[in-house]
Amino acid sequence: MTHVNSATDVIAPPRRLRKGRPEWLRGPALVGVIAIVAWVLVALTVPWWTPYDPLASVGDRLVGPSLKHLMGTDQLGRDVFTRTLWGSRTSLPVAFVVIVSSVILGTLVGAVSGFFGGWIDAVLMRFVDITMAFPPILLAMAITASLGPGVRNALIAMVLVWWPIYARLLRAQVIAVKQREYVESAEAIGVKRFTILRRYVLPMAYTPVLVNATMDFGQVVLLTASLSFIGLGARPPSPEWGAMITEGATQFYSWWIATAPGLAILMVVLAFNYLGDALRDSFDVKAGL
Amino acid sequence: MAEPVLSLRDLRVTFPTPAGPARAVRGIDLDVMAGESVAVVGESGSGKSVTMLATLGLLPKAEVSGSVRYNDTELVGADVDTLRSVRGRRISMVFQDPMTSLNPVLTIGKQMALVMKAHQPELSKKDCRSKAVDLLHQVAIPQAARRIDAYPHELSGGMRQRVMIAMSIANDPEVLIADEPTTALDVTVQAQIMELLQTLRVEKNLALVLITHDLGVVAGSADRVAVMYAGRIVERSPVRDLFADPQHPYSRALLECLPRLDQKQEVVSSIGGTPPNPADLPTGCPFAPRCPMALPSCTQAEPTLVRFRTSEVACNIVSGGDRAEAQA
Repeated sequence: MTHVNSATDVIAPPRRLRKGRPEWLRGPALVGVIAIVAWVLVALTVPWWTPYDPLASVGDRLVGPSLKHLMGTDQLGRDVFTRTLWGSRTSLPVAFVVIVSSVILGTLVGAVSGFFGGWIDAVLMRFVDITMAFPPILLAMAITASLGPGVRNALIAMVLVWWPIYARLLRAQVIAVKQREYVESAEAIGVKRFTILRRYVLPMAYTPVLVNATMDFGQVVLLTASLSFIGLGARPPSPEWGAMITEGATQFYSWWIATAPGLAILMVVLAFNYLGDALRDSFDVKAGL
Repeated sequence: MAEPVLSLRDLRVTFPTPAGPARAVRGIDLDVMAGESVAVVGESGSGKSVTMLATLGLLPKAEVSGSVRYNDTELVGADVDTLRSVRGRRISMVFQDPMTSLNPVLTIGKQMALVMKAHQPELSKKDCRSKAVDLLHQVAIPQAARRIDAYPHELSGGMRQRVMIAMSIANDPEVLIADEPTTALDVTVQAQIMELLQTLRVEKNLALVLITHDLGVVAGSADRVAVMYAGRIVERSPVRDLFADPQHPYSRALLECLPRLDQKQEVVSSIGGTPPNPADLPTGCPFAPRCPMALPSCTQAEPTLVRFRTSEVACNIVSGGDRAEAQA
């Protein structure tokens, strides 16, 4: 924040001009990025290289891990490893759409609210308050249940639950940035208010939102799985991590059925947390809400 | 006599505060003629900056009354579009601290283009760029064609203030308000910036309103001076007369604070006490508690501006002395 004005920053070469790997990309963050890239590649390419059909019975039922079936088979004889890989094709796009939509919606509301203030701010922030008064998972469950179970409705519910976080975060930043002298100076020289918001205020207010969005990605993957786990998201037989865990939970002695999707969730959530943590430290963003 | 381009009449600015209304500006009359240079001088908190911000309608939270006329346009209470069409295009402003007054995420050229497009939307990107280079030349920035793609953090304070000035004149305003344009700069750079402002004033027939607490700056560059104290003008004089023969005790005290080269001086003098709190002004003359010449009568009625020789002064003692002289 303040480093923009400090004397040292004037002398040090700007961050983007340094060559090579960015400073924050090491240790856990590097591990996280590798894991994320790997999962994205899997999600994009898995139909072309898995030997098994995720929906077809391809072997004996409830066989433990072996070379033929790396994570065993489930109660219908489907290959658990294949299904787990396929699960990324639901979780990752859903999380991506939820985060992007929430960020867009939250940005619009937060920017308008913080920049213009007054009654607009008061009205918009009451909507935010109402949403944030409930635990996200409960509210998402309630909305999905009322819209009817399914991936699409779960997605809508998650966006409705998630955007207020970004609206609140951005609003606070916008209020802080709009009091800077260069904003007043632009106003004194006749720059249009909308231009001021877009080119002067938002670029300086946006970092915390992007960092938080990165960290929340894992949370949304988890929430998607949770909704599916309780039967509100993806329905069987589709290979979705949460739904697979539900199936596995009924097969107590075939531990591998629930373990594989569980590990997948763990990997993705951890990866995004590592990345988000590193970004937060690097951009010197104060702890979120 | 020519019509003033900018004319303030009984301008008052009050800020609502938890401690009661803070009367930051309490009735200012000021005329600025085309091409002239007027300095507004006073300590921090005397209301000089607030006066100018109110002129451009930049104080959304304050109650502003009185009148500000730019040619025939009334600006107090004007709607947002009218104000925006005046800001930068007719009356422009340069702020005190160039380190914080430029957008850190846009290159110089891009922010100059935004400023130009705000008032001349018909300009193309190319026009903006060549005009920006032109302006940077005018404010004497070397290698203007290269500097235009620099970010503000790549420039020194003096350079940034030149860029600020270039932006403020980008739309050919008639009046330029400079709010302590040199306070944040090195002394050598200060002189260059003041010289630049004078050159531009003459070349473009700009009216310059210089807000400052630095009388050294005033002496070299203003035609007329208004001395402000506690939200009012206490003395208004041609610059020569103010330095040769200051009338108001406050002006006199300010001048005594300047270190002098022609006299041996151990300690630089200062004015004792602090300016009054605008939310809790004393009755009578607000300067009376700090005034070395104050009489008991000074705390009773607040003096108004009265013509005295070439100046106008708001002081009971001076105008009382005037009457005494006239009677004698």
